[in-house]
Amino acid sequence: MSLFDYTLKELQEKLHNKEITVSDLVDASYTRIHEVDDKIQAFLTLNEEEARKQAKELDEKLGSDASILYGLPIGIKDNIVTKGLRTTCASQILDNLNDPLYDATVVEKLKAENTVTVGKLNMDEFAMGSSNENSSYQKTRNPWNTDYVPGGSSGGSAASVAAGEVFFSLGSDTGGSIRQPAAFCGVVGLKPTYGLVSRFGLVAFASSLDQIGPLTRTVEDNAHLLQAIVGQDKMDSTSANVDIPNYSDALKQDVKGLRIAVPKEYLQEGVNPEVKEAVLAALKQYEELGATWEEVSLPHSKYAVAAYYLLSSSEASANLARFDGVRYGVRTEKRVDMLDMFKYSRSEGFGDEVKRRIMLGTFALSSGYYDAYYKKAQKVRTLIKNDFEKVFEDYDVIVGPTTPTPAFKVGEKIDDPLTMYANDILTIPVNLAGVPGISIPCGFSSEGLPIGLQIIGKHFDESTIYRTAYAFEQATDHHNRRPNLGGDLS
Amino acid sequence: MADISKEQVKHVANLARLALTDEEVEKMTKQLGDIINYAELLNELDTENVKPTTHVLDLKNVMRKDEPRDWISKEDALKNAPDQKDGQFRVPSILD
Repeated sequence: MSLFDYTLKELQEKLHNKEITVSDLVDASYTRIHEVDDKIQAFLTLNEEEARKQAKELDEKLGSDASILYGLPIGIKDNIVTKGLRTTCASQILDNLNDPLYDATVVEKLKAENTVTVGKLNMDEFAMGSSNENSSYQKTRNPWNTDYVPGGSSGGSAASVAAGEVFFSLGSDTGGSIRQPAAFCGVVGLKPTYGLVSRFGLVAFASSLDQIGPLTRTVEDNAHLLQAIVGQDKMDSTSANVDIPNYSDALKQDVKGLRIAVPKEYLQEGVNPEVKEAVLAALKQYEELGATWEEVSLPHSKYAVAAYYLLSSSEASANLARFDGVRYGVRTEKRVDMLDMFKYSRSEGFGDEVKRRIMLGTFALSSGYYDAYYKKAQKVRTLIKNDFEKVFEDYDVIVGPTTPTPAFKVGEKIDDPLTMYANDILTIPVNLAGVPGISIPCGFSSEGLPIGLQIIGKHFDESTIYRTAYAFEQATDHHNRRPNLGGDLS
Repeated sequence: MADISKEQVKHVANLARLALTDEEVEKMTKQLGDIINYAELLNELDTENVKPTTHVLDLKNVMRKDEPRDWISKEDALKNAPDQKDGQFRVPSILD
């Protein structure tokens, strides 16, 4: 058994029993990274010297009251700002941002728990993409089969956990960017309710949709990591003032009498037969555990992708206006006037997908088109949100696949934006409604690629999601399978 | 159908402060046209009496006291600047 097969709680016990040290954990992480990351390409920046130093200090001051995350190596998505540690959003326009000035609130909170940041994780540039092929640095690969994409945009976050390079990671989810890669890589990934986790220090893509969330190997670990990062923050006026429950307590309850809704739109044509089969098997499992399920309708689902691309691109076009080659980031080397300096810095610094979305968003917000596109999409968002509220009047959770298919091959969809966007059809509505959703492993395709089960809950009801996810996980064995990458973990 | 012209693409690129090559304008005209045509799907829905959602949480203006506090120093703020002079960000001249 490798260290990566233990839960966070078990690792913490080993630390306190002196069976292992923080230095052992950090060493295990870097040993694995040096062993497999040439293949996986999950990390953009490593923090090795600093992390090893920190490990020694933590070993010296370990006390009996240490938090459950004490000393555990974590990877952070590269759109979450880390003081003094290079943060690029996988974009050339931030290629030289080697010394960021502050920590994101989530990073501050993790530091307070004494986790050890081992490095920054690859992503689609500015979180725009579903395959990590839009990174301007490298293409992260799926640990289960390196011909396949890990998903995106938090592809590095999911792949690093699946490959056993870190014990857990943080990602961000605007239209599925935590759940879709979690599904593709066979790990647990939660997008919290909008407003539960502070967005301060998360480089903004679409501010009304973005949320930071945890990626882990198990549901229990996920609950522990979420617990550490939630809470209202005076630096983020959209962070919500709500009571925070103890998420681990939710795991102690069973799912007898739980009412599950299964949207018929989520199992329609376009959903791969093996994915559908795995989801139906999961529903059968829930029946055996004492839950009930019924088919329901989320009638506006088919409009979600169109509404999402208009809204998220509009917000992105405004948010990404800040990258202008003046205060930080890369400036064009062309000797031109101020206006052309802006234009060339941006055109040289942004990749194709980012430019496409800035253009779409600028168009949708421009004079004469605002009502027809942007406002229309906002109204459709209301209808989608209402769909969820109606279903949640009668049911506790919504269950379906996370993605219509398992992971696709590198290069398969990169040339056609609309085909790529369709991949997020089952995750996007959740962001538009602002509700929380998780992806957990629920099986494997005949090609050996993981399949994800999505569980969606009411606003701020992460507890019921965890309870539902944990019951399934404990009754099945999917989460114990590991990709074969060679080395000690194979 | 709402096709987009090359002229519109150039106009929007200027608004977005992007310098697109002729090749990019060509490609963008087709791709944006495709995406906008796909978005026409939304017109199937009657939204006459639907309120737009700008934000999923029903937040009103969130205010805090306007109190100064320590934050990034001027020196730090200039640390990542592409160009600086005399404690300020330097940009190409605006006036000839």
